[in-house]
Amino acid sequence: MKKRYQRGIRVALVLAGVGIAVALMLRAFDENILYFYTPRQVVAGEAPDGRRFRLGGLVTLGSIEREPGSLKVSFLVTDNQKTLTVEYEGVLPDLFRDGQGVIAHGAMNDKGVFVADEVLAKHDENYMPPEVAEALKEVHGENES
Amino acid sequence: MWKLFHQFGSPPHFYRLAGHLIPWFGGAALVLILVATYGGLVLAPADYQQGDGFRIIYVHVPSASMSLFAYTLMAVAAGTGLIWRIKLAHAVAAAVAPIGASFTFLALATGSIWGKPMWGTWWAWDARLTSELILLFLFLGYMSLRAAYDDTGKADRASGLLAVVGVVNVPIIHYSVVWWNSLHQGATIIKLGKPAITGDMLWPLLTMLAGFGCYFATVLMIRTRSQVLQRERNSRWLMDL
Repeated sequence: MKKRYQRGIRVALVLAGVGIAVALMLRAFDENILYFYTPRQVVAGEAPDGRRFRLGGLVTLGSIEREPGSLKVSFLVTDNQKTLTVEYEGVLPDLFRDGQGVIAHGAMNDKGVFVADEVLAKHDENYMPPEVAEALKEVHGENES
Repeated sequence: MWKLFHQFGSPPHFYRLAGHLIPWFGGAALVLILVATYGGLVLAPADYQQGDGFRIIYVHVPSASMSLFAYTLMAVAAGTGLIWRIKLAHAVAAAVAPIGASFTFLALATGSIWGKPMWGTWWAWDARLTSELILLFLFLGYMSLRAAYDDTGKADRASGLLAVVGVVNVPIIHYSVVWWNSLHQGATIIKLGKPAITGDMLWPLLTMLAGFGCYFATVLMIRTRSQVLQRERNSRWLMDL
């Protein structure tokens, strides 16, 4: 009986030790685990200066401008507090559209424009058929007006 | 209570009980997975943004949930084996590992296939994806550590400790999308308030989850039985069988 109790304590101690170590490690690496920075964080100067990082936010409605004859595109990314302009040249993912969450990888240039060389679309956790999405939109529209 | 605990820990008792249960769980798994496949591929409507591409959710989410459940079960079984010195518990842990590794691989592979068209990339070093990859390495590490020992008792103790320690990763995977800004979306099923998924898309998912659960139980019992046979190859009750 006593032995079993000791073994239990030993296993619990090892687990607690490793748990605390991992928790401390994650706290220390917290910033590096952040997959992206929001425009508010970038404006506040929390994003790494002069280095490449990822910018995440929503594409502002109606802000997508394509340059005819090329793959160049510019759009605004917002977190509903701050907004940044993003320039990108390349193929965009299927889900890229107005109002979509996106993550752009690149760096700020001296004009305050985020120049991206990779744009990923972030999908949210909502799944619904098109009719439901349409109905939800109508309800939201009524609430807003 | 304790009597039940010890009775369940007895290999012959488990061997007989599992023998009775396997056909039931196997049959349930077959029916549930077939129904859910039909529901998910034919009856469920296409998503408003992803179109038909969202249907991979019916494999991705159940296998990801099963991978987490499998690891937790393996850790609890290994811990029970370490503390109470129950050989059957170690046998269960050893039997779980390859199944859990397969579910983890399936979750990563289906996620990658979905990620290319939807996100625009096969892989990203995002908190959720990375921690799930670590889970795969934990399963593989556990299996290789077992394979490194000839003596079953030593293998049980060494690999059991690894299994218990690795359980730290399970809450990290689950909460990774909450704690950090990640590319991976948040939880859909376990979300309070506004429904994140409509009923006609949800029921095949839940059915598939139940089907995967039954399948997991079936394979686990078959594998544990063969573990028991191997471990008890010299014992009386097996000769009598």
